[in-house]
Amino acid sequence: MNKKITIEPVTRVEGHGKVTIHLDDQNNVDQTRLHIVEFRGFERFVQGRPYWEAPVLVQRLCGICPVSHHLAAAKALDVIVGAGTGDGLTPTGEKMRRLMHYGQMFQSHALHFFHLVSPDLLFGIDADPAIRNVIGVAMKHKDLAVQGVMMRKYGQEVIRATAGKKIHGTGAIPGGINKHLTPDDKEFFINGPDPMNIDKMIDWSQGALDFLKDYYKKNTDFIDNFAQFPSNHLSLVRKDGALDLYHGVIRAVDAEGNRILDDVDYQDYENHIEEEVRSWSYMKFPYIKKLGKEKGWYRVGPLARLNTCDFIPSPLAQKEFEAYKSLTNGKPNNMCMHYHYARLIETLHAAEMMKELLNDPDLMEGELTTKGSRQNRGVGLLEAPRGTLFHHYEVNDSDEIVKANLIVSTTNNNEPMNQSVNRVAHSWMDGKTEITEPMMNAVEVAIRAYDPCLSCATHALGKMPLEVKLYDAHKTLIDRKRT
Amino acid sequence: MSEKIKFTIDGKECYAEPGQTILEAALDNGVYIPSLCYLKDVIPAGSCRICNVKVAGRFMTACTTPVAMGMEVENDIPELNELRVSIIEMLFVSGNHFCPACEKSGNCELQALAYKYTMMVPRYPYLFPEKKPDSGNKKLFIDRNRCILCKRCIRAVKDEQGRSLFAFKNRGNELAISLDHELAENISDELAEEAMEICPVGSILKKEKGFQQPIGHRKFDKQAIGSDIKSVIK
Ligand code: SF4
Ligand code: NI
Repeated sequence: MNKKITIEPVTRVEGHGKVTIHLDDQNNVDQTRLHIVEFRGFERFVQGRPYWEAPVLVQRLCGICPVSHHLAAAKALDVIVGAGTGDGLTPTGEKMRRLMHYGQMFQSHALHFFHLVSPDLLFGIDADPAIRNVIGVAMKHKDLAVQGVMMRKYGQEVIRATAGKKIHGTGAIPGGINKHLTPDDKEFFINGPDPMNIDKMIDWSQGALDFLKDYYKKNTDFIDNFAQFPSNHLSLVRKDGALDLYHGVIRAVDAEGNRILDDVDYQDYENHIEEEVRSWSYMKFPYIKKLGKEKGWYRVGPLARLNTCDFIPSPLAQKEFEAYKSLTNGKPNNMCMHYHYARLIETLHAAEMMKELLNDPDLMEGELTTKGSRQNRGVGLLEAPRGTLFHHYEVNDSDEIVKANLIVSTTNNNEPMNQSVNRVAHSWMDGKTEITEPMMNAVEVAIRAYDPCLSCATHALGKMPLEVKLYDAHKTLIDRKRT
Repeated sequence: MSEKIKFTIDGKECYAEPGQTILEAALDNGVYIPSLCYLKDVIPAGSCRICNVKVAGRFMTACTTPVAMGMEVENDIPELNELRVSIIEMLFVSGNHFCPACEKSGNCELQALAYKYTMMVPRYPYLFPEKKPDSGNKKLFIDRNRCILCKRCIRAVKDEQGRSLFAFKNRGNELAISLDHELAENISDELAEEAMEICPVGSILKKEKGFQQPIGHRKFDKQAIGSDIKSVIK
């Protein structure tokens, strides 16, 4: 008798999704699926719109990571207006955008760690969900909760100062940026009263990292083995192999560290990346063409980025990177829970980069935009907090967008998240006929490692409680649990 | 020098030049009467009805009615303001006004009025008309989805020979603004810029202008529409 278990929607990930687990006759896990209802309305929606509207329009598809979409779209349009890709911009244009991006990275990673992940670490993944949440953290570990809030606030202020608004700003425009950093903002970010200054932010980023490393030391087995599996990894890297969250070339490595793609100009992404449609999911499954559907899927995001890059171009993060790399003897890290570790190293890097930029005079003066000969096709890639984000636009001669294709970070992680759920289901469900609380928790924890922005992948907002449904072979509901 | 005409708006004593409309006289006297289709120094159209005021118990458009001696004009009263909100709501539902992605946001008079009169959700159903933008001109992008048919462009955007670059086509529900592509073929940057300025909403766009103006520097970012006019109200 086959049983089908549905967990829906997944809590504490941004947006919503549901998980189904199919059991075989022996009550062993036969098949698992993470369902994310992806709505691709925006690609249609932008058709016929003037191209310069895209960065402002498209960011609306997510209330959680709008800056990433804003910047990826702007990068694609840089190509359209003939400003080249990334390094073609004026110093002011490029640096203001970078500051915006690091601000976004910083606040997004901080939110994820302090609000979404720390409850699992502080209370254990089997703890009562009534305590294992951000309120629980606020009550028991006030300092951590406060840091989370303030780091997020700092990042949001950086976004405000560069984009014009904390969410859904207009800063990045085709060919550059629409404003300089004001002296007041600069002063505030560098010398603001504690804790709202960049040195404190760097301090706290380091603190969060130390907290995680300490936890890791005490829970090495869990962190190393939970839902881990080998995979390919893909991200942008700077031409010289450095970690670069804003711009670079595509690099992909396999689980052993062999390069699959290297130095790929992302204008050519279509020659290297293909998206597979599967009948049961609205969300597509991207894969590296030359490896094929079966073997070509890859991970994106912090874990992947620290696997593809050779070094981190900021001193504190580089030091942490070296320690982190030594855990796997320099080989790619395939351990799912190390996403959190990698994410915090990136948080520190983002803070260091913000400090460097804030002291750069180019932010205060200089040409804002540039353009060259007008093109009809432009692709913009960006390392969003959750991973590589693809924006691709085609524009006709009268400036209307005629085609758009977006591959969001969470879609890139579609197969890996499915793999993680599968691993967890096998270890927690094999031989069992009942939905247990630890199993539900484990599924959530596994998905949460990727920090999926389901809001963005599904283009819908809102979180709902966790629900588990158990079906027998005749698709009759035989068990149902909610948190 | 001609005699000034004495009249009142909401009880405030005002003076008008002979032949002046209520709206113009109000502005000269520091009283704000909201308007959309009105444009200084251009023949009024009286089409948007936002400037409706009450004189002797009757509704009149302030932009077309000349001031008469001793006139008692009612302007900022609940009845009229309520009417104005309902007109604004109608304008919103009869087009496709998606402020979040509109580059005129912050400079748009319709949006500014909606804020001023605290329009919440329109009480009327959205009509979601299907209107194709006209992107054919080299310098202008016309998004009819946002056109409120105020005729400002028809009355004010003209070439050197005084010919209107814009006209209405069709009738009734199908009424739409259209650009004369021949006349506008070699439109100057300045006139294109001016056309965008003249349009109270985001229907006429100068191409590639986009979001060059940062948030915080737009017309209505710092103050509500009409608040530059020293008003007797509140
Ligand atoms: S295009 Fe603008 S100015 Fe012309 S009628 Fe429409 S709203 Fe008025
Ligand atoms: Ni998102």
